[in-house]
Amino acid sequence: MPGLIERAFYSRGGQAVAGRLGLPEPPVLRRGRVLPGEPVVRASLAGSMLAADTLELLGVVATSPLLDDGAELPTYPERIGAVVVDACGLREIGQLEGLRAVLRPAVRALAGSGRVVLLADAEVEGVEANAVRQALDGINRTVGKELRRGATANLVYVRPGTAAADLASTFSFLLEGRSAFVDGQSWTVGPAPALLSAAPAAAPGSDSPPLAGHIVVVTGAARGIGAQIATVAARDGATVVGVDMPAAGEALAALANRLHGTALQLDITAADAGERIAAHVATRYGADARIHGIVHNAGITRDKLLANTDAQRWAQVLEVNLAAELRINPVLLDGRPGGLAEGGRIVGIASTSGIAGNRGQANYAASKAGVVGLVGAEAPELAGRGITVNAVAPGFIETDMTAKIPFVQREVFRRTNSLGQGGQPVDVAETIGYFLDPASAGVSGQVVRVCGQNLVGQ
Amino acid sequence: MPLPRSAVVVGGNRTPFAKAGGAYAAASNLDLLTAALDGLVARFGLAGRELDEVAAGAVLKHTRDFNLTREAVLSSALAPTTPAVDLQQACGTGLEAVVYIANKIALGQAEVGIGGGVDSASDAPIAVSEGLRRALLAANRAKTLPRRLQALAGIRPSHLAPVAPQVVEPRTGLSMGEHQARTGAAWGISRAAQDELAAVSHHNLAAAWSSGFFDDLVTPYLGVARDTILRPDTSVEKLAALKPVFGDTMTAGNSTALTDGAAAVLLAEQGWAEANGLPALARVVDAQVAAVDHPGGDDLLLAPAHAVARLLARQGMALGDFELYELHEAFASTVLATLKAWESAEFCSTRLGLSTPLGPIDTDRLNITGSSLATGHPFAATGARIVATAAKLLHERGGGARGLVSVCAAGGQGVVAILEAV
Repeated sequence: MPGLIERAFYSRGGQAVAGRLGLPEPPVLRRGRVLPGEPVVRASLAGSMLAADTLELLGVVATSPLLDDGAELPTYPERIGAVVVDACGLREIGQLEGLRAVLRPAVRALAGSGRVVLLADAEVEGVEANAVRQALDGINRTVGKELRRGATANLVYVRPGTAAADLASTFSFLLEGRSAFVDGQSWTVGPAPALLSAAPAAAPGSDSPPLAGHIVVVTGAARGIGAQIATVAARDGATVVGVDMPAAGEALAALANRLHGTALQLDITAADAGERIAAHVATRYGADARIHGIVHNAGITRDKLLANTDAQRWAQVLEVNLAAELRINPVLLDGRPGGLAEGGRIVGIASTSGIAGNRGQANYAASKAGVVGLVGAEAPELAGRGITVNAVAPGFIETDMTAKIPFVQREVFRRTNSLGQGGQPVDVAETIGYFLDPASAGVSGQVVRVCGQNLVGQ
Repeated sequence: MPLPRSAVVVGGNRTPFAKAGGAYAAASNLDLLTAALDGLVARFGLAGRELDEVAAGAVLKHTRDFNLTREAVLSSALAPTTPAVDLQQACGTGLEAVVYIANKIALGQAEVGIGGGVDSASDAPIAVSEGLRRALLAANRAKTLPRRLQALAGIRPSHLAPVAPQVVEPRTGLSMGEHQARTGAAWGISRAAQDELAAVSHHNLAAAWSSGFFDDLVTPYLGVARDTILRPDTSVEKLAALKPVFGDTMTAGNSTALTDGAAAVLLAEQGWAEANGLPALARVVDAQVAAVDHPGGDDLLLAPAHAVARLLARQGMALGDFELYELHEAFASTVLATLKAWESAEFCSTRLGLSTPLGPIDTDRLNITGSSLATGHPFAATGARIVATAAKLLHERGGGARGLVSVCAAGGQGVVAILEAV
């Protein structure tokens, strides 16, 4: 229940005052599996057809851009829902002008919750090409900060050999409302590894939900972001195994029943936690059953300034947030019944606190930065088995936990990002759903921030 | 006689048991039983599934709960097309409900079902007096206002006092504790032995909780995550300091406390469990019920001693053939008297008709994760609690391990069963 000040602030009168003070009412973001309602504009700066092919695969009809290449600035006749710019092949600084010429009219016409999606080469040779590659990142981050009304900008780098089918899940995620709170980010997509035993992914646009027939394990599932991760996975067709502390069993059972999944009461820091997860899967879904994806969501905070942090607070946080995952993954990867499938998914939860540091959270930042390190090391190790390893890094998300932060401080956290609001648990869950998607086989080793382009950190 | 098909225990679930008047004071039998079912459904992924039957019951029952189990099914995540039946055999209810479902499975009348029980001593029904009840019924029958007023005028102030349920045996007017005090005295059960058994029960239960044994047997309810009667730090010395409440030796520490809680056991035909990707912990081998003539002077709570003798004879087994013994601790004295009866040549000869006594059991195999003294005893739930615990323990010991389950009940009855690990 919001306090008096908060309710007054968000009342009609309060918002009028807030608007004059430069604190306008935050826009309502487009969410869910919903494409922009307005036209999608596509441009290719150096002749690459990758973005065009990907949009075609997704069934998204794209129109040609207006270009700011003359005396008079052209104006779109109506709002546009997204502008997709394929900058693959861009190698020279002079070519960046092409991007400016596309974006200037486009960002002026961009609808609320519109999208700027940039596509660029991940690996280029030569000093200038690398400078250009990095320049695109700077442009992306700046555009993200300049866009208004809930519109976002993101940049996708593609490795050599990436095909439209490899990129489709990423484009779909970025264009749809699922990426509502992902802004100013860049990450890399590569070609999906060729897997002899890979289950055929549902064709883009097919009616079959992407995770149908797949088991997804979510730790810390009883409430908050974990419950939302489980809910979105179930919406996407997954059979959900919810894991949480035995003491959280009542909420966990209610969730499992709502999602028609199963509940596993387990302290993930137990020495045999991995074995018990696999045994649960094998004794519920048969000895042949395998986990498609595990989401290591369980996490705790024990905040204190480092000057006041004792060994226990230090160890508890590292144990739950990082060490448990390090122990569980190898067990699930050893081929046992109920373990992780070849071509499976491992998803961790990092945090902007881990990326940027956060006062009073040395232990938490250690654990969450540790997750980033884990993703970077484990992804290449498991690439040969078609298993992807990724993490999300949430910023300020509206949860029961963050609702306890005093209002003014919370309002500051909410406002210090490009979207002027806190994210919802579903925003984190949707990003995880993107990683879990069988079509995201080419997305591995990535940490995607779900922070509305929070000011802190990279 | 071999059963046509094997009914196996797939798993169990219960609420933590709470002392009456405590955390579950406002929870009804319906609430508690629904919670136990929902936890079981979540553990085994049965949401929306139609089971063949759910059997459960309660000892302290409101008239509104005439269809308690069916209503609990409708409140639960099970398919609303799952039929249900209310059973009641006093404290034997939970075990009898398990036997009922297991028998239907063995006979091919069901593939999968749930047996369980619930009791809330906190939410016990309080009846109106006989005088008030008769006057109200007469007023209800009256067709005219004057006659109605005339009927209501028959109500006397003394009729207005509520009548709480009593735990006395109707035939003897003695409470269960008073009965057991007589049994204990007759069998020479010492205070020290009772306190020792009670302390072991608490320590065993505490150790089981600490080891995570109940992670897949209990689902928290209303913020309670562990049994609230459990006293991990109790000791023989602390128990010895308590004043007797029944006879000279029975105290609140070595007698079960009034308890709220619910328990349920998922049972299935063995092949069905396998085909549905579910575990099979233990097979329900056989069961027996027996009664004694307590109005005629028999020990009220020793009926299980008789039931076990008949069960062993039918199965051609000896009392020592079991890896585990789960004897419900109505009172520490009940368990100790039962053990003495089995060792007594005279009792086994004159009462059970055996040429040799059934003999002693290895008490290291008795109630090894605690029993009702520490867990509490929501009457109808206890049998289902014990079956789920025993099935898990036997499964850990490996295929073929046998367990003997015994529950004594009001009315001089006893229900016993044999489980065998799959």
